Amino acid sequence: MKLQYIGLNEIKGPLVFIDNVRGIAFEEVLEIKLNNGEIRHGRVVEIDDNLAAVLVFEGTNELSLNNTTAKFLGHPMEIGVSKEVLGRMFSGLGSPIDGLGPIYVEKTLDINGLPLNPVAREYPRNYINTGISSIDGLTTLIRGQKLPIFSGAGLPHNELAVQIVKQAKIADKKGEEFCIVFAAMGVKNDVADFFKRSFEEAGVLEKVVMFLNLSNDPIIERLIAPKCALTTAEYLAYEKGMHVLVILTDMTSYCEALREFSSSKGEIPGRKGYPGYLYSELASLYERAGIVKDSKGSVTQIPILTMPNDDITHPIPDLTGYITEGQIVLSRELHQKGVYPPVGVLPSLSRLMKDGIGQGYTRDDHQDLMNQLYASYARVMDARSLASVIGEDELSGIDKKYIQFGNLFEKHYLNQNSNQNRSIEETLDLGWSLLSVLPKSELDRVDEKLVDEFYNQEKAFREFQIDDKIVIHKEAM
Amino acid sequence: MNKIYSINGPVIKIKDSTDFQIMEMVHVGEKKLLGEVISMSKEYTVIQVYESTTGLKPGEPVYGTGEPISLDLGPGLIGNIFDGIQRPLTAISKTDGNFIVPGTNVKALDESKIWDVLFACKKGDNLSHGDVFAYVQESELIIHRLLVPQGKSGLVETVKKDGKYKITDELVEIVDEFSVKHSLTMVQRWPIKKSRPFSRRLTLSVPLISGQRVIDTLFPIAKGGTAAVPGGFGTGKTMMQHQFAKWCDADIIVYIGCGERGNEMTQTLEEFKDLVDPKSGKPLIERTILIANTSNMPVAAREASIYTGITMAEYYRDMGYHVAVMADSTSRWAEALREISGRLEEMPAEEGFPAYLPSRLSQFYERAGYVKTLNDAEGSVSIVGAISPQGADFSEPVTQNTKRFVRCFWALDKELAYTRHYSAINWNLSYSEYVGDLSKWFNKNVGVNFIQDRQKLIAILAEENKLMEIVKLIGEDVLPDDQKLVLQISKVIRVGYLQQNAFHKDDTFVPLKKQLLMMEIILYLYKRAQYIVKQGFAFSLLTSTGIFEKIIKIKYDIPNDKLSMFDDYYKMIDESLNSIR
Repeated sequence: MKLQYIGLNEIKGPLVFIDNVRGIAFEEVLEIKLNNGEIRHGRVVEIDDNLAAVLVFEGTNELSLNNTTAKFLGHPMEIGVSKEVLGRMFSGLGSPIDGLGPIYVEKTLDINGLPLNPVAREYPRNYINTGISSIDGLTTLIRGQKLPIFSGAGLPHNELAVQIVKQAKIADKKGEEFCIVFAAMGVKNDVADFFKRSFEEAGVLEKVVMFLNLSNDPIIERLIAPKCALTTAEYLAYEKGMHVLVILTDMTSYCEALREFSSSKGEIPGRKGYPGYLYSELASLYERAGIVKDSKGSVTQIPILTMPNDDITHPIPDLTGYITEGQIVLSRELHQKGVYPPVGVLPSLSRLMKDGIGQGYTRDDHQDLMNQLYASYARVMDARSLASVIGEDELSGIDKKYIQFGNLFEKHYLNQNSNQNRSIEETLDLGWSLLSVLPKSELDRVDEKLVDEFYNQEKAFREFQIDDKIVIHKEAM
Repeated sequence: MNKIYSINGPVIKIKDSTDFQIMEMVHVGEKKLLGEVISMSKEYTVIQVYESTTGLKPGEPVYGTGEPISLDLGPGLIGNIFDGIQRPLTAISKTDGNFIVPGTNVKALDESKIWDVLFACKKGDNLSHGDVFAYVQESELIIHRLLVPQGKSGLVETVKKDGKYKITDELVEIVDEFSVKHSLTMVQRWPIKKSRPFSRRLTLSVPLISGQRVIDTLFPIAKGGTAAVPGGFGTGKTMMQHQFAKWCDADIIVYIGCGERGNEMTQTLEEFKDLVDPKSGKPLIERTILIANTSNMPVAAREASIYTGITMAEYYRDMGYHVAVMADSTSRWAEALREISGRLEEMPAEEGFPAYLPSRLSQFYERAGYVKTLNDAEGSVSIVGAISPQGADFSEPVTQNTKRFVRCFWALDKELAYTRHYSAINWNLSYSEYVGDLSKWFNKNVGVNFIQDRQKLIAILAEENKLMEIVKLIGEDVLPDDQKLVLQISKVIRVGYLQQNAFHKDDTFVPLKKQLLMMEIILYLYKRAQYIVKQGFAFSLLTSTGIFEKIIKIKYDIPNDKLSMFDDYYKMIDESLNSIR
């Protein structure tokens, strides 16, 4: 018989304090029953002898100091899982909300997970073909990687995520099982609906597990949702051998919720009011991606976050970038130019790609080609900023060439249709065609043999229908 | 019996106890989680726990150990991977599976392993603290010198025969002046937050050579020196630490992954097993100790990992080795300090960091040095600490305070990284205070012109920096030819010299001799080209010869073992420039 505690000592934001408790554990969960029969859930966040501070997931509205009965459940926050979760929809706390009743539970797991032993990890090397040139060619996604999308309000990050999901599944070979775990944190109803509809259209709905915490749901549920999602993902990957793609959106709402919770707990704030442990907290989510040595499954994460005021140095994108293995940054400027997906190439990066591309994975020339495209595109930026000062007409021949290259690169390489699926060969060949617009001597990052093999200026001029009037060395004439 | 009174994250309190001492190591709760006493008053004893406290209850017991957090030092460290509190991760994965469970109690060093011991003392010898009493071949590269631990000295009474022993076996027995017997084994313990003693410090006069041109030539670090590598995310901090760890000419590398990515540690582990040390032809792991406390492991152990690493480094220094410590990243360590300080409700200083951040940083960096050890050998500990400044802003407290305690500053630059210029060390922001101390060594061992050439290179780059201000405003075309030449030769220096390809077999490590020859040929080209420009030939004639591109590609085209090929390039310069006339 478990002890039940009647009444509360204090209510403060999402926290309640219960006095005279005995034998309860740190981070234990409890049920709080209201007089009207409603049951809420909570977790112990601090214990001072016999005074417990409890975080109520569903919020403290309507609670009073004497209308509740609390029952401690004797274990930390857990979620029941089985393969039946596929195709189902859950609340942020992991209870089904699609009206199909409870699932059969094969196993209950602690949602906090445990840190993966680095010795047990397998270093990720297999690339995921997304069919999107800017990702496959320049920031290749690797199975087992955590690669966030840094976006801003109004940018098409959701469309991009859906396109990755749709096209990545086709690239999967040998009938290996593939599934998606989707966690929505504080997103609007219609955004959640957009994802659901898109999964349906792509015909993958029965392969998706959804955890929804909408923007009007309690914030504490928001802190639980990604943990439920990742626990489910780890189960499917490491115990059922599936390749799991986890989409977490929107990490910014998650961090805001954490700040709200932290300040109501009276903690000393760090940068911009976020708690000092924001880094550790984010790491405990992001680090739950990877591949384990003795399992054939994998967890790949694509967290989406909207940068407040498009500021990449804001604590949320900043700390995220220090934990994740690269980032895909969306650019408002490209979006306004009508380029989709508007991937801002220069600040984007995939840290794991160096070992997952090239011979045996994509194609020999991939690494060099990518370096050259980056370097040349960086030069375009210099030329453009110079042109904005002295005017394009006054530019030197070579700078004009770069401007031309930059425009073609954005129009043909970055830009693609939201259901266009380019093969890796197409993407790489397109890169070479674009480089061929530049004079051969400008290609200083690639091996000469590769230049001989792939550089073809005439073909490029035909392909992009340009007749070349730009003279490189004016003085030489 | 001491019992837990309150729990708040990794911080727990005990009420009304006077049994503990400050910094004492304790075991907390039924699971015996590792913890450390961090403050006390008559009323409360405050303990930080190095493992997850989920499931801990008030009323569970706390056991003291009577000693501060200490390491087991002995054979078996090299080639191994530990977490921040010296739990052996490979052994743990065998007993506990893929995930790290709190409260695991596996011994740091394998006590069942058998080592070949050769004794260096005989009956009647007088041994004192720090003396070598035996040798063990620890890995293919490292001979482990067994040292007499602190507090033990005297005349050797018995010595076992050379042969096979376990680390806990008693090997030597000594009798001190009070006729007390001490037995010596292969293991000794040492508290992580206390630096190990040595005889005296020596001046730093030998460089730690890394084969990375921008470091060795422009901003060299001395053996026993300290360097900081600040850089925003994606600027290649980890990549640079890896390159340094792979190629630098230290005897032993201690690589501390402090609050960093799990996949990166796995990569380091795999790569170091495969990669071969250029000097010895043996895998790099044979000279490496890895400390991995990834970002999702408990935060208090992250704080400890830095000390764990440096203590191991000092231990090998005392045997007469040159050890290089890579700490990636010290910002995560500082954040761990901040997090714990916040839990203790201490008054925060700048940006929420505790006021004692600078003193902790200085304590860490001051453990570097080149010393005469107690047994009269020479050894050194060099530290390269990565910094991850918030928002890539170097004015934040960790970068600024670290700058006060290190003498090398290798600033990584976002713009350079965007153009994939690696190593992205910005030559205008970086500096090394060791150049003066090391110039004698360079001039004697590499070439008499080394330091002078280096200075010329820096002068050209500084000139370019000035000219770029103008170019950004009005374009390159309007510059006079001699200034265009400065830009052109700077490009050769930037692309052909400073930029280095870690994935190219010759370029990943470049010997000092080749570095000097490369500098000299670039300067020769500059001198010849200046002459041509002075004579009034059009600048475009110079560029159309293609000689600049040829010199840029030298780093790939001349293999490290065929340096005589430089002569051909001198001829090539002469021919193509003479053709202009």
